[in-house]
Amino acid sequence: MTTTPDKTATDLVSVTIDGIQVDVPKDTLVIRAAEQVGVQIPRFCDHPLLAPVGACRQCLVEVPDAGNGRGFPKPQAACTLPVAPGMVVSTQITSEVADKAQQGVMEFLLINHPLDCPVCDKGGECPLQNQAMSNGQGESRFVASGSGGVKRTFPKPINLSPQVLLDRERCIVCQRCTRFAEEIPGDPFIALVERGAMQQIGIAENAPFLSYFAGNTIQICPVGALTSESYRFRSRPFDLVSSPSVAEHDACGSAIRVDHRRGKVVRRLAGNDPEVNEEWITDKDRFAFTYATQDDRLTYPQVRDTDGSLRPASWPEAFAVAARGLAAARQQGGVGVLTGGRLTGEDAYAYSKFARVALGTNDVDFRARPHSAEEASFLAAHVVATGPDGGAVTFGDLETAATVVLVGFEPEDEAGAIFLRLRKSAVHHRTRVLAVAPFTTRGLSKMNGTLLPTAPGDEPATLASLLGHADHGIDSTAVILVGERLATVPGALSAAVDLAARSGARLAWVPRRAGDRGAVEAGCLPNLLPGGRPVADAAARVDAATAWGVDSLPEAPGRDGDAIVAALLAGDLGGLVVAGVEPADTTDPAATTAALAAASFVVALGLRANDVTRAADVVLPVAPVTDKAGTFVNWEGRVRGFDAVLSNPASLPDLRVLAGIAEELAALGHGAPLGFRTVEEVWSEMAQIGPWDGARAAFEPVALATSGAQGAQGLVLSSWKLMLDHGSMQDGDKHLAATARPAVARVGRAVHDACGPTVTVTGDRGSITLPAEVAPDIVDGVVWLPAGSTGRGLLADVASPGTRVTVTGGTP
Amino acid sequence: MADVLTPVLTDDWDAERSWTLATYESRGGYGALTKALAMPQDDIITAVKDSGLRGRGGAGFPTGMKWSFIPQDNPKPKYLVVNADESEPGTCKDIPLMMATPHTLVEGVIISSFAIRANHAFIYIRGEVLHVIRRVQAAVAEAYAAGHLGKDIHGSGYDLDIVVHAGAGAYICGEETALLEGLEGRRGQPRLRPPFPAVAGLYASPTVINNVESIASVPSIIGNGPAWFASMGTEKSKGFGIFSLSGHVTNPGQYEAPLGITLRELIDLAGGIREGHQLKFWTPGGSSTPLLTDQHLDLPLDFEGMAGAGTMLGTRALQLFDETTCVVRAVLRWTEFYKHESCGKCTPCREGTWWLVQTLAALERGEGSESDLDLLLDQCENILGRSFCALGDGATSPISSSIKFFRDEYLAHLTHGGCPFDAAASTVWAGSLTGADA
Repeated sequence: MTTTPDKTATDLVSVTIDGIQVDVPKDTLVIRAAEQVGVQIPRFCDHPLLAPVGACRQCLVEVPDAGNGRGFPKPQAACTLPVAPGMVVSTQITSEVADKAQQGVMEFLLINHPLDCPVCDKGGECPLQNQAMSNGQGESRFVASGSGGVKRTFPKPINLSPQVLLDRERCIVCQRCTRFAEEIPGDPFIALVERGAMQQIGIAENAPFLSYFAGNTIQICPVGALTSESYRFRSRPFDLVSSPSVAEHDACGSAIRVDHRRGKVVRRLAGNDPEVNEEWITDKDRFAFTYATQDDRLTYPQVRDTDGSLRPASWPEAFAVAARGLAAARQQGGVGVLTGGRLTGEDAYAYSKFARVALGTNDVDFRARPHSAEEASFLAAHVVATGPDGGAVTFGDLETAATVVLVGFEPEDEAGAIFLRLRKSAVHHRTRVLAVAPFTTRGLSKMNGTLLPTAPGDEPATLASLLGHADHGIDSTAVILVGERLATVPGALSAAVDLAARSGARLAWVPRRAGDRGAVEAGCLPNLLPGGRPVADAAARVDAATAWGVDSLPEAPGRDGDAIVAALLAGDLGGLVVAGVEPADTTDPAATTAALAAASFVVALGLRANDVTRAADVVLPVAPVTDKAGTFVNWEGRVRGFDAVLSNPASLPDLRVLAGIAEELAALGHGAPLGFRTVEEVWSEMAQIGPWDGARAAFEPVALATSGAQGAQGLVLSSWKLMLDHGSMQDGDKHLAATARPAVARVGRAVHDACGPTVTVTGDRGSITLPAEVAPDIVDGVVWLPAGSTGRGLLADVASPGTRVTVTGGTP
Repeated sequence: MADVLTPVLTDDWDAERSWTLATYESRGGYGALTKALAMPQDDIITAVKDSGLRGRGGAGFPTGMKWSFIPQDNPKPKYLVVNADESEPGTCKDIPLMMATPHTLVEGVIISSFAIRANHAFIYIRGEVLHVIRRVQAAVAEAYAAGHLGKDIHGSGYDLDIVVHAGAGAYICGEETALLEGLEGRRGQPRLRPPFPAVAGLYASPTVINNVESIASVPSIIGNGPAWFASMGTEKSKGFGIFSLSGHVTNPGQYEAPLGITLRELIDLAGGIREGHQLKFWTPGGSSTPLLTDQHLDLPLDFEGMAGAGTMLGTRALQLFDETTCVVRAVLRWTEFYKHESCGKCTPCREGTWWLVQTLAALERGEGSESDLDLLLDQCENILGRSFCALGDGATSPISSSIKFFRDEYLAHLTHGGCPFDAAASTVWAGSLTGADA
C-alpha cells in the first residue's frame, strides 16, 4: 500500500478474499483489498498513484460472486475491479483458474522478453524477474514449441531524452511511463506507437521526453526497459547499499533513497512519503548528486600564506589562524556571517550561535539572494516556528484548498513536489490555481491555472484586488503561497499578509533552497535567535543566553546580507565568515565580490573551490549532505531528518568546524565555546532550547508601493531560476544538463515583431543576447529572462529583476 | 426458391443508379422518416424493441434495449455512432450495402438519432474503402440538400448533423470503445469498461454504437411495423439478415434471408459448392467464430442455433471451404491476420498471437510434434477470456475449433513432413492451371 488511508470516515465494504473476510473502503480495487489480507496478486501495469488500465492482465483473479449472487464467467483483472458488498474473490492462492491465468500471462510476457537479466540494470530488483519466479513456470514452452520460438527484437537502445534511454525489447508495454507522463506532470511526450508485438513507447520527431520529472518513469518501469544515461551499466542492485535521505535541491523536503557502493553514490531514487512527495521526485533531486565529487572539491584546510597564496594547513592550524584573524576583525568593527541557504538545520544553528556567542554579533543572514527588511520581519512574524503540528499549510492542504494563489512563485521550476501536488489538486479536486505573474507559464497551464497578469512590482496591487474580486475572490478556503522572490517587491509581503488577514486565507512561504527554512528556525537572521526568539525582545535574548550559558547576547539588531556587504565595503565591518554563498546569487554580485576583497579577514567554509574560497584567508572544507546526518525543514515547517549516507571521517560538518574556531576564539578571550562538536549534540541542544513561547515578533508592514513606473523607459525585467540551469549543484551530469530548458527571452508579440527572433536585453549591469520566444499573454512592458541559465547569471550580467531594461534586436 | 429470400436491405441493389437519392425516394425511401418524425420518440424505441431486432454486428444485443439504456436525464449531448469499420475476414455485408444504397443507412441514422435524442451522428467507415466513404459522403450531402438533415428537419424542430469519419486502418477499431477512441482522435485501443458507452461514450457523453446493418434495418421496421419484422426469423432471432457467401461456392454473394435459414438452403441458392467438390468446413460469421463442418449444414443460422453448436452467428460471413483446402493453412492465415491486427494493449492477445503464429507455421511445415497441438490449445485457453477485448478471444476460435474437427489433418502434416495438400488445387484458377503447368 502506498496511499495514505483516508483520514475521513469512509463507507466500508465487506468482501471475502481467499476465504478471509475483510472490510475495505468503498471503491477499493480488489488488488489492494487483497493486500489487506496479505495476498500479493502479481501485477505490472497497476500503480497505486496512476489510473487503472488493466493492460497487462497479470492480476487475473476468479470472482465466483460479484456481490449480487452471480459470478463473473471469466477471470477478472484485480487492478480494475472495485470491491462490492458481499463480493467473493479467489486469487491464485485458492483458485486454480486464477493461478493458471496468471501463469499463462506470465508465460506470454516472457516469450518476447530478452533473457539478458545478467546484464540488465533491473536484474535483482525487477518486478518481472521476481514475479516470474513467484507466479511463473520454471521452463519456457516457447523455445520448445514449433521450430523454437523467435523473439521479436529491436535495435537497442534509443534515447527518449538525453537522459532517459529505452530498450524496446525489454518493454512489456504496461504503459506505466506513458500514464505517468500524461497523468502526473502533464508532459505527455511519450506515447505508444505501432501495434501488436511491435507496439513500443515512442516520441515524436524532434520532441524528446523533456520533463522535469522524466526520471520517475525509470523508477516505476517494472522491467529494465527504461534506464538513465547516468546509471545504465554502472552497478548491480545487490551490490548497492540503500540509505533513506532527503533531497537537498529545493524546499520540498522530498524523501529520497540514496544507493551507494564503496563510498560512492551511484544513483538516487524517490522515497515514498505520501504526506510530502508521494512517490515522485524531480530529475534534479534524482540525478544532481555528482556535484559533491567534482575535481574542485575541497579536501583539506587552507590558509593564506605570506606570499598571498593559499597553502594546505592542518585542522588545528586552520582553526587557530581563523580564530586569530576573526579576533582581530572583531576589533576592526566586527565580523559578519553569511551562511547561504544550503545548510542543514543543525549547521545553521551552529552559525547562528557562533555569530552571537563567539563573534558577539547579530550580523548574520542566510539570504544569499535579493532580500529585504520587510521579508525578515515577515519571516519573524509569520513563518518561523510554524509547522504542520501547529496548523501550518501542508502538501495535503493544497489538495483540499478550493483556491491556491501563487505569488512570486513558479512551482514547476522552484518546488517540483508542490507543482505535482497542485496539478493533482487541480485535476482531481478541481482546485483553482491563480498565479500572480506576468505570463502564463507551461507549468501554470498544466495546473489548469488562471493568470492574474501582473508586472513585476505590481504584485501588491493585484493581491489587494483579490479580496472580493468578482472572478477571483478568495476566502478562508484559499491558500496563498508566496515565493522568496516576493521579498524584492516592496509592500508585496505586506499585501499578502493583509489579504490573508482579511480573507481568512492561509499563507505559506516557499523558499527555493533546502536549508532556507531551517536557517529561519535556527536564527540565521539579523532579527531572530533560534526558535523564533526575536532579537528585539529582551526576554527572548535572556532565554537564549540562559540556554547557552552565556551572560548576555548582543542587543543591537544585526545587519542583513546587503548591509553586511555594504559595511564590509565601507570598512565598518572587518571580517566575514561565509559559507555556501555564490556571489552571483546575491543582490549585487559585483558588490559582494568587492566586499570579499575589501574584508580584512574572510573565513570561508565550503564544499568546492569557488570565487569565495579563492578570496578567503582561511578555507575550511565541509561535508556534503551525504557525509553527515542532519535536518532540513521544508516549506511546510516539517522537520526532515536524515542520517549520514556515507561514512567519511575526514569530512566535517560545518558545526564541527565552527566549534573548532569558537574554541580557539574563546582561548583568545573572545566569546564562549559552542558546547557541541557533533550533530547529535546540536540536535539535542536545539530540542532543549525549543521554540520561543513568548510573543512573536510583530510584523512591520511596508506601504503598498505605487507603481511609479508609468512613463519610464524600457521594459520591466521579470525572472526566476529554471529548475535545471547553471547551478553549481547540478555540475557533473551532462545528461541531466542536456534536458534543461533552453535559455530564451520571453517577450510580447509586439516586441518580437519589432526585434526579431533574437534579442539583446540591456540592463544597468550589462546585456545579454538570447533567442526570443513569444509569451502570448505576457503583460505589456515586461520581458522575462531565466536567472541562472546564462553566463554568470542575470544579476551579475544584466540587471535585478524588477528593474528597467531595454530590448533591442540582436544578432545571434 | 426465391421465396426463401427476403430482400429488404438488398431490394434496391439492382436498381438503376441505386445509390442516388432520386432512386431511393422513387422506391419509397425516406417514407419511414416522415412517419418517424411524427411519432413520439419513445414509441420508436418501443417499436424497435418490439421488432426483436438484435445487433447485426455480431454480438446480437437487442438494439431497442441498447437505445433505452441512454440516460435521457443526462444533460450532456447524446450521440449515435454507426460502426462501419467492417474488417472481419469474410465479412462483406456493410460495405456493399453502403456502396449500393447508402440512403438506407442515412435514413436509419436519422430515425435512430431522433429516437435517442441525438443531434450529432457519426458514421465511422473503414478507411481502406475510399469508394464507399465517397458514396456515403455523397449520400449525406444529398440528404442535407433535400432537407433530411440539418436544422429543423422537415419542420419537425429536430436538428441532426452527420459526420462521415474515415478510419485509419485498424481492425481493432471495429471494437466499439476503440472506435470511440479513434473517433476522438486518439490511438485506437479499447477502453476500460465501465463506464459503458451508453453512460460515457464519445466525448464522455451517452452514446449508442450500432452496426450499419442494424441501423439500416430501422427504416423498414418503422415503415412496415415491428410485427412485420418479427414475423420473420426464429423465436429469439427475429427478422432478416444479409448472409455473405464466399469461397468455394458457385455463386458467391449476398443473400438476404430470414434468420434461421440453413446453410444447406443458402448453398442451394448459391448454386451449390464448386463443381465437383464437397464442403469441408465453414465459418458462420467471420473468422472469429468457431468453424463448422458439413455435419452442421442443417443447423438454423440464428443466434441460438449457432450458440448451440458452440459457435456464433457473428456477421453471417459464411466462408465456405471445400476438400481441397488445408485447414491448417487456412487457420494459419487467419491467425497471421490477428497477429497483425492485435492492437498491443493487453498481454495475452499481443504476445499470444505472436506465439500462435509461430507454432502453427511450424506445424504447417511439418515441424514440431503432436504435443504442440495440446500446447496450441493451452495457449488458446490462456488467451480466451483473459484478454482485454474480444479480439483475443476471436483469434483463438479458428484454432481450437479446427483442432476439434480436424486433429488428424494437423497430425498428417507431421507425418507427411509438411502440408499434404496441393495449395493450387484450392484456388479459383485451379482447373485452368493443372493442365498448363503439367
